[in-house]
Amino acid sequence: MQSRRTSRIRIKVLVAKVGLDGHDRGAKVVARALRDAGFEVVYTGLRQTIDQVVAAAIQEDVDIIGINQHEGSHIHIARKLMQKLKEAGAEDIAVVMGGSIPLVDVEPLKALGVKEVFLPGTPIAEIVRRLEEIVKGGQIASEAEA
Amino acid sequence: MKLIEREKMTELYRGEAKEEIERSLRRWEQEVLPEWLSRMPEREKEFVTLSGVPLNRLYTPLDLKDHDYMQKLGFPGEYPFTRGIHATMYRARIWTMRMFSGYGGPEETNERLKMLIRAGETGLSLAFDNPTLVGVDPDDPLAEGSVGIVGVSVPTLLDMEVIFRDINLGEVTTNMTINPPAPVLLSFYLAVAEKQGVPYDKIGGTTQNDPLKEFIAQKTYVFPPEAAVKIAVDVMEWSVKNLPKWNPVSISGYHIREAGATAVQELSFTLADGIEYVRQLMARGMDVDEFAPRLSFFFDSHINFFEEIAKFRAARRMWAKIMKEWFGAKKPRSMWMRFHVQTAGCSLYPQQPWINIVRTAIEALAAVLGGCQSLHTNSFDEPFRVPSEFAAKIALRTQQIIAYETGVADVVDPLGGSYFVEWLTDEIEERAWKYIDKIEKMGGMLEAVKKGFPQREVEEAAYKFQKEVEEGKRIIVGVNAFREEGEEDVRRVPLLEFNQEEVERRQVERVRRVRASRDQERWKRALDELERAAERGENVMPYVLNAVKAHATLGEIMATLKRVYGTYAEPPYF
Repeated sequence: MQSRRTSRIRIKVLVAKVGLDGHDRGAKVVARALRDAGFEVVYTGLRQTIDQVVAAAIQEDVDIIGINQHEGSHIHIARKLMQKLKEAGAEDIAVVMGGSIPLVDVEPLKALGVKEVFLPGTPIAEIVRRLEEIVKGGQIASEAEA
Repeated sequence: MKLIEREKMTELYRGEAKEEIERSLRRWEQEVLPEWLSRMPEREKEFVTLSGVPLNRLYTPLDLKDHDYMQKLGFPGEYPFTRGIHATMYRARIWTMRMFSGYGGPEETNERLKMLIRAGETGLSLAFDNPTLVGVDPDDPLAEGSVGIVGVSVPTLLDMEVIFRDINLGEVTTNMTINPPAPVLLSFYLAVAEKQGVPYDKIGGTTQNDPLKEFIAQKTYVFPPEAAVKIAVDVMEWSVKNLPKWNPVSISGYHIREAGATAVQELSFTLADGIEYVRQLMARGMDVDEFAPRLSFFFDSHINFFEEIAKFRAARRMWAKIMKEWFGAKKPRSMWMRFHVQTAGCSLYPQQPWINIVRTAIEALAAVLGGCQSLHTNSFDEPFRVPSEFAAKIALRTQQIIAYETGVADVVDPLGGSYFVEWLTDEIEERAWKYIDKIEKMGGMLEAVKKGFPQREVEEAAYKFQKEVEEGKRIIVGVNAFREEGEEDVRRVPLLEFNQEEVERRQVERVRRVRASRDQERWKRALDELERAAERGENVMPYVLNAVKAHATLGEIMATLKRVYGTYAEPPYF
């Protein structure tokens, strides 16, 4: 299936808050910084379910879902999100996470299919660079498939 | 007239003394300074505080022009309370060491509380998990995966009983960081006290119960703004009449600051929230001196040392003035700003985590020099998770070192009279009044919140701060400076480990057992009565207490209130 995504110049990101975690400072600062860096950004607002996030990502036709998490339920969320994306046939949307996540949880998250984990103190420029790499990498892979 | 006379009497520097200092300063600036500046140029063009207040090189008596001692400072225990609310401050009694704690189920939290009491903490403070904070039971779909993570899960009276097993509620004071469900958690606590045989007039503690800052910052809102304030004021009104030692509200700047506000915004928004609650209580026909002594406050202590101290001192002076001059309070106690402080969670980083111990110590010192009544010190592992026992103990010991080794608690307001601190106190006060003025013109904080004004201000400040860090204008040790190669190993600190899935299963099972084993008729009647009372606009507190005693769960009581008052969702903007 050819998505509009591959022919788009600007990268489109869905910044999402899942569950009851109300810490949205990081999500909002990153959303705004990505917009300033030329990304197209959609923000879900607080207290979203995984199903709502998946539906929004498909409807908005985003390249990346960025989950911001400060509660400590990141592994639970990642497991469920990856499964729901697969069920929706949208596993080509890359997932990244950021927030208060212990270093020891980074590898387990990547093993679940999360492309990158941004820990507190990560410069915005670094986030921008990695998101560009991830989308570019995905495009090369899908072109090779075609 | 009388005021002017007094001002002249206690103006610190005047006449010949002032002229001589002025002459000498000019000479120093012209003859001494230039050579130093060329030989040792200054590090920055402009020095500013964390909140962006520009700082001079040096402060002298000339910066306290027109500074009238009796008007601005006076004596501790007397209006305007700048120097402290008590005459003897920490010489009589050290602040309360109150560590915010709770995780897992009530069993885990009971153990943690008892450990902290053994380690010498002098007050309790409960941290609740997210489902409890927004008032849903552990088997609610929204709670899945969240039970017991950021605090303790308390969906039933039975859970509260377990938390305080072997702890006498007549001998401790307990803070509960709870907002929309405050009437429910307070009722759980009261029902446990009754079971322990402790009378209401012996029960001391605090319910945070500050809904306005939920919309600005903490975001555990449930009800729409008007209804949220109504319910919170219900708790305040009922507590003032029934619980003489209870603080029914903790008007909180902490979360506002953590969400990115400056010190000035934290101070002014908190005071504006307080003003709103005072007006609401007076609108119910209460006398200001009846309830004002029970209002309490909660601030952040960030890393910019003197700015924080100045903020605390300005806060006391401003609140005293508001209570006396705006609301006509007569009792000195009504003018006291009693406040709890927590060191800044947002100033801690996962990089080289041990150095967070140092940040916390400095922030705690500022809180003490600012005259706080109680203090929580963060643990160094909090960028990762709820603290381990080891980390929590270091944080408590930090307070004990400040209290018993450093000597800073031995003199009242030891920084009073510092040209710099007094100037900065005045400066922060002046800037905060401007914000309060703006909010007053909008019709008060409830209206300002509905317009999204403080929300936008805080987001702007958070973004500005992040940009300054990115541009290297703000140095954060270990993050954008003094980084260490291979520090990943250091970041693998031993964290608190507990089986969250097991806790969640246990909590789900317990709430279901409670629902199955209660007197169903009594339970149903209690919830019906609550709903009718809410519909009639009555104070909900007695009805919530009755429902709790009939073993209604947190989620059931909140669902009943939501049916009457509706719910709130923030528009998703950034």
